[in-house]
Amino acid sequence: MNFQLIGVNHKTAPVEVRERLALPESRLPEACKKLIEHPGIEEGMILSTCNRVELLAKTKNGSADLRGFIRNYFQVDPADFDQHFYEYRSNDAVRHVFRVTSSLDSMVVGEPQILGQVKEAYALARAVGAVQSQLDSLLTRAFAVAKRVRTETAVGSSSVSIASVAVELAKKIFGSLQGKHVLLVGAGKMSELAARHLLAHGAGTIFVSNRTYDRAVTLAEKFNGEVVPFDKLYDTCDRADIVITSTGAPHAIFRREHAERFLARRRNRPMFFIDIAVPRDVDAGVNKVDGVFVYDIDDLQQAVAAHVADRKKEAERAEAIITIEVERFQTRLQSLDVVPTIVSLQDHLETIRQAEIDRVRGRLGKLDPDQELAIDALTKGIVNKIMHTPITTLKTAARDPEATTVIDLVRRLFNLQDRKGQAKSTAAGDQEVKN
Amino acid sequence: LASVHNSISLLAFIIMAFFMLAYAIYKTTSPGIIVFPVVFLLTFVAATGQQPILFTSPGVRTSWLFVHIALIFTGYAALILSFGASLLYLVQERSLKAKKASEIFLRLPALETIDEIGYRSLLIGFPFMTLGLIAGIVVAETTYGRVNFLDPKVTLSILMWTVYLIMLYTRWSSGWRGRRAAYLAAGTFAAAIIAWAANYFSSIHRFVS
Repeated sequence: MNFQLIGVNHKTAPVEVRERLALPESRLPEACKKLIEHPGIEEGMILSTCNRVELLAKTKNGSADLRGFIRNYFQVDPADFDQHFYEYRSNDAVRHVFRVTSSLDSMVVGEPQILGQVKEAYALARAVGAVQSQLDSLLTRAFAVAKRVRTETAVGSSSVSIASVAVELAKKIFGSLQGKHVLLVGAGKMSELAARHLLAHGAGTIFVSNRTYDRAVTLAEKFNGEVVPFDKLYDTCDRADIVITSTGAPHAIFRREHAERFLARRRNRPMFFIDIAVPRDVDAGVNKVDGVFVYDIDDLQQAVAAHVADRKKEAERAEAIITIEVERFQTRLQSLDVVPTIVSLQDHLETIRQAEIDRVRGRLGKLDPDQELAIDALTKGIVNKIMHTPITTLKTAARDPEATTVIDLVRRLFNLQDRKGQAKSTAAGDQEVKN
Repeated sequence: LASVHNSISLLAFIIMAFFMLAYAIYKTTSPGIIVFPVVFLLTFVAATGQQPILFTSPGVRTSWLFVHIALIFTGYAALILSFGASLLYLVQERSLKAKKASEIFLRLPALETIDEIGYRSLLIGFPFMTLGLIAGIVVAETTYGRVNFLDPKVTLSILMWTVYLIMLYTRWSSGWRGRRAAYLAAGTFAAAIIAWAANYFSSIHRFVS
């Protein structure tokens, strides 16, 4: 598993550093090509988003000078940049790729965009031939892991901010926000943001009411909404399903009797008050009215906190999944490593056997077919007995993190080169086996 | 429909059909928490009943009777689903008011969705219940010649129907939901059960003659 990864992200590097290394999509193919031309690198891929720049490579022997590549390619001074890099190898690189793809390494954990970004980077690198078999299987696995994390944990299920919590609550009350009316009382930044979120989730008309009429007009124009004069507030309020209040009023604007009146006029269809003003605009008594739900800033913040806590729990579960998946991936790759070694070991010993038979065959004189068979069976039997333990060891080693050492050892013991060089080595192997 | 147990199974089946319909439209299985135990109980009773009570009364042979049973049961099924929905509404409303996101809260569908399930099944159930009662009257008339309105079964059935009507009306006119709607649904449900239980006191509405 000669994977190697180097990168910077939002945790390790400020934006000045990240933007210096960021690559626009148009430059990625060329950069990937350059990357695999770098010495010691067989396959490569570059991920560049606003929060991270990462270079992933499959190397020849487990360590390539990725820092050197960055230095040359980006023409940056390593002294300024080295402290921001993180670098992972083999299993750790695999784990990192899995975590990034599953959005566990994101600034907002669980945000869904990253998966698409990784997929794009992968497609680009593949198109120029920089991603081949090994990186391909790594990335394909990473996408599967991301999907698993998404379906088996709730990491991606909710985003965390006051505005999005408000939207979620509204959805719990109204189901779809389609055609729901929103009234903004007070024209603050926060209520604007909340309104924007609600609109993005399908809410219908926006009404704006503000003590200063002009500001109401400005805000209403932004949303293509309607202005409600402040003195008509109580007459129009019941038309809104969701009321967001953020005035600087020292006393509550909405009290229980107001809410009761609204509800009667609405024939008891539920209403949702989001009160982000401090001091509060909605009296606590309003929440006691059947069918009226009031969430003030503290309630929202608490919901956010609960979400964050939930997420932490879910993220832990996701990490556990990733640990399992890294192991699985390792086993699979290693069993791929082991198979050629077993094959060449078998080839190797078979060649020796044939050579030895050929060598003594002349001295044995004429043999009848039975004797020929007996010699064949005998030699084959010996070879198989000898091979039995190394092969079982190799097979079990496939599941062991030490696999590469075992494979190396076996290769060295039997002097197995890569499969093409093997024929030439038989002479030397010949001697060893005989002794 | 040769026995009481057959008809109980039929009721269970219709309730399930309603549940599936609600599921198909609203993609929620939440009413199942109420519906499943009811269906289980009904099928359990039907399956283990010691001696099936056979309908031996002469009225059974008329096809009007079958129509009567099928319609009334559809009404019952709608009522049970509606009752289940209003219980869920209460739970969900409470957790929204309590401002604590619990597991239940996340799993239950939106308040308005639950409300719609409840209201729609009420609406669907009512015509069935009405027609079922009319069919019942027809059966009674063909069997006994005239309807004795003082018979407990008849009186209670009409009472239940009235409660049902009142519930629909308040729902429709002032949009009662939540706690009050749940009380009403529970009331109607109770009335329906009493009307069912009246079989044991009625002189005309018996399974065995």
